[in-house]
Amino acid sequence: MKQRLVVVGNGMAGARTVEEILARGGDFAITMFGDEPYGNYNRIMLSNLLAGVEDEAGIFLNDLSWYADNGITLHAGTRIERIDRFAKTVYTADGTPTPYDKLIIATGSSAWVPPIKGIRLPGRGYHQGVFVFRTLDDTRAMIRYAREHERAVVIGGGLLGLEAARGLQNHLDHVTLLHAASHLMNAQLNERAGKTLQRIVEQKLGIEVVVDATTTEILGRHAVTGVRLSDGRVIACDVVVVAAGIRPNSQVAADSGLVVERGIVVDDQMRVQDEDDIYAVGECAQHRGQVYGLVAPLWEQAKVLADHLTGADPDAAYHGSRVATKLKVAGVDVASMGLQLPEREDDELLEFAEPGKGVYSNVVIRDGRLVGATLVGDTRKAAFLMQAFDLGLPLPEERAELLFDLGGPPAEVSPAEMADDAQVCNCNGVSKGTICATVTAGCKTVGGVMDKTRAGKGCGTCRPLVQRIVGWATGGEVEEDPAASWYVPGVPMPKPELMAAIRRHELKSVSAVFATLVPGGTEDAKSKMGLASLLKMMWGDEYIDERDARFINDRVHANIQRDGTFSVVPQMKGGVTTPAQLRRIAEVAEKHDVPMVKLTGGQRIDLLGVPKEKLPQIWADLDMPSGYAYAKSFRTVKTCVGSDFCRFGVGDSTALGIALEERYQGIEGPGKMKLAVTGCPRNCAEAYVKDIGVVAIDGAKWEIYVGGAAGAHVRKGDLLATVSSAAEVVQLTGRFLQYYRENGNWLERTYAFVPRVGIDKIRAIVVDDAQAIAADLDAAMDAAIAAYRDPWRERTDPVTPGQFRTSLPLTVLPRVPVRA
Amino acid sequence: MRPLGSVHDIPVGEGRAYAVDGEMVAVFRLRDGSLRATSAVCPHKGGPLADGQIDLRQVVCPLHLNAWDLTTGCSLSGQPEVTVYPVRLDGDQILLGE
Repeated sequence: MKQRLVVVGNGMAGARTVEEILARGGDFAITMFGDEPYGNYNRIMLSNLLAGVEDEAGIFLNDLSWYADNGITLHAGTRIERIDRFAKTVYTADGTPTPYDKLIIATGSSAWVPPIKGIRLPGRGYHQGVFVFRTLDDTRAMIRYAREHERAVVIGGGLLGLEAARGLQNHLDHVTLLHAASHLMNAQLNERAGKTLQRIVEQKLGIEVVVDATTTEILGRHAVTGVRLSDGRVIACDVVVVAAGIRPNSQVAADSGLVVERGIVVDDQMRVQDEDDIYAVGECAQHRGQVYGLVAPLWEQAKVLADHLTGADPDAAYHGSRVATKLKVAGVDVASMGLQLPEREDDELLEFAEPGKGVYSNVVIRDGRLVGATLVGDTRKAAFLMQAFDLGLPLPEERAELLFDLGGPPAEVSPAEMADDAQVCNCNGVSKGTICATVTAGCKTVGGVMDKTRAGKGCGTCRPLVQRIVGWATGGEVEEDPAASWYVPGVPMPKPELMAAIRRHELKSVSAVFATLVPGGTEDAKSKMGLASLLKMMWGDEYIDERDARFINDRVHANIQRDGTFSVVPQMKGGVTTPAQLRRIAEVAEKHDVPMVKLTGGQRIDLLGVPKEKLPQIWADLDMPSGYAYAKSFRTVKTCVGSDFCRFGVGDSTALGIALEERYQGIEGPGKMKLAVTGCPRNCAEAYVKDIGVVAIDGAKWEIYVGGAAGAHVRKGDLLATVSSAAEVVQLTGRFLQYYRENGNWLERTYAFVPRVGIDKIRAIVVDDAQAIAADLDAAMDAAIAAYRDPWRERTDPVTPGQFRTSLPLTVLPRVPVRA
Repeated sequence: MRPLGSVHDIPVGEGRAYAVDGEMVAVFRLRDGSLRATSAVCPHKGGPLADGQIDLRQVVCPLHLNAWDLTTGCSLSGQPEVTVYPVRLDGDQILLGE
């Protein structure tokens, strides 16, 4: 015979526990008793019902058919008056017995009503104009009554009272909120936060708030006419709503001999103290001294109890909840967690208040961990703070980032809070749901999920978020991705190890690397380009250049476009050109019907839509060197007009930019290298956001910034050094680039490389020569420069058969529209 | 069976495209000396597969780095499959088709 499970209480805790038991295939004969004559509804939504934004049908979680469908016997509107622990039987008021094998008490709580003179009429319950705000019936009665009256007083300025006040405004004109403490929501908010909230409630919502207000008497004999406060003030009203708090419904348990303190005392399995077969969940339960009045702990308790009762997880245990809440209280965003204010001397406090705007926020940090946070009026940072609070995440060095976006990477979003259809990867259109489904299907590594879904494979900005979602979807059981630390996916070594092995075995070609360093000698198409770049950097002239190791752009020295045509960008050092050069470019564009001529962001001219087979002829007609607008290499140096013409210029940025480009043109690296030199701190050449940016400052000095970016990721570069001559700029640029070439991971741009290594360490090595490798770096860079040869010279003598043959022989290219 | 010309027209480890009866076919010369042939047009966004990088198993489209198995035509990155053609060597001549 099935075990008989009896649940006393048909509210959110009782019904949720039963749902969790059913979800685990729990095989019980279930009987539920509910005090209220309904199925199960969402009590939190009563505020919405009062405010008129939800109707009654919308707040039901399970209607009566759900009970029938799941074989549950529901006694709605039936109260249990007594539990016989020895006979294992519960009794209703009329004495009907129901035996159980397991009993769950989920009686919740009820409104606490302070002792106020006149609040009850002798023998008739509450005064007819007085309401509590707890059940669906309470809410219905309140709405009915309020509609025919004009002025309401709400007693209690906590969460519930605020919601009641806001909701009542929907039904009558004037609402006054009385709160006994000195500020609103004093259980969750400190005084400043509470005062900020009060200001919003008064000014934006038009609710009158009286704090330090103890109500002593309800006035009016038949109908309510007002309330009297302890200081003698009288506030006129015709409706009174009491929302002064809740008290656990534990009387039946206490009467039946169970251990009850503030609530029914339970252990980590939600088992009532000293009982084998009786459990309690939700607001009526007291766990480790805590009684919770919010919904999140209740969900956690229901899961643990279901795991325990069904045997789904025999070790399931509830360890208490760290209560963090993010709510809209009466239309105002409020989030609170942990401490309201510092409690120990060395607790850190960050606080921001802008009362005029109705914004208050603070965070409390202890030993580097978030132990409290409060946000009123603006809760955009709540998701990250709640995660940091829950999981004890490390906090940013720049503490202000906890409260504000400082132009760094976008604020952390909690995967749990994202909708399933929220787009995570904006380049490849991958949603959170797709990522989670991939994890559920068994792919539990970040790299694996990225390969399968292509999430994070575009600009890469969303990679940290993808990582967090995978972590969340696996329940923190992400499998270590061994390949994550490798330089390229097909050779199982990080870059330093790989470079050492390449040197040891003198591997000078990509095929030799695969044959020697990969078990089984398997080559990998996706690793070839990174290896080619690395070997070229390491061996220079000695590198054995296998053309199949190159990406198409590097095979034909042009950037492939969406229709299979290419773009041609001739070098234009420092963005300076001449009429003769312009004339030649114009003539070439005209002669070859180039569909688009475009100025680039790097101060050059781009000829777009050139078919592959035309490239050699165009290069010949241009007779200009390659601008390298296609390779993972040194690209361009933007400059401003500098001191030659500009009224403000303090340094000759143009000349220095040309010198830099002249020297470092075409140098390959782990990622693109985009530079700029600007003649004064007005930064017209955007040097602060370049891989290397040089800024002339007064006093004939130059500042060198490294690690800047203004692409998908925006970052101001870090100041590497301030020097007094152009020659020093040229030298440090080369040395930094060489250090990046040797130590950057494949496709790791300087904006990631510099913060990873740390600007202090880079400065020590590159500027102060702390590791005594400056001379080696300089020599390696000199060798690379000496090996430079303009690739567009290959035009007369193709390196491979059909190097410039079309790859879409029947498609007429270009397929892009020609702009007039 | 169609002769497409000398295998020396294709550099080792690369692909070249051919027009065959109104179809565009990419023929790849793998580093182990064998040949593979697929449709020359990427089923994702029409990219030129002959310009892609290859190894003994896959071709990677140069436009968006989607990958296909050279032998089966199955996508390795969640795309529709690509047509594969039988291809073999007769001496140094490339022969396409059964």
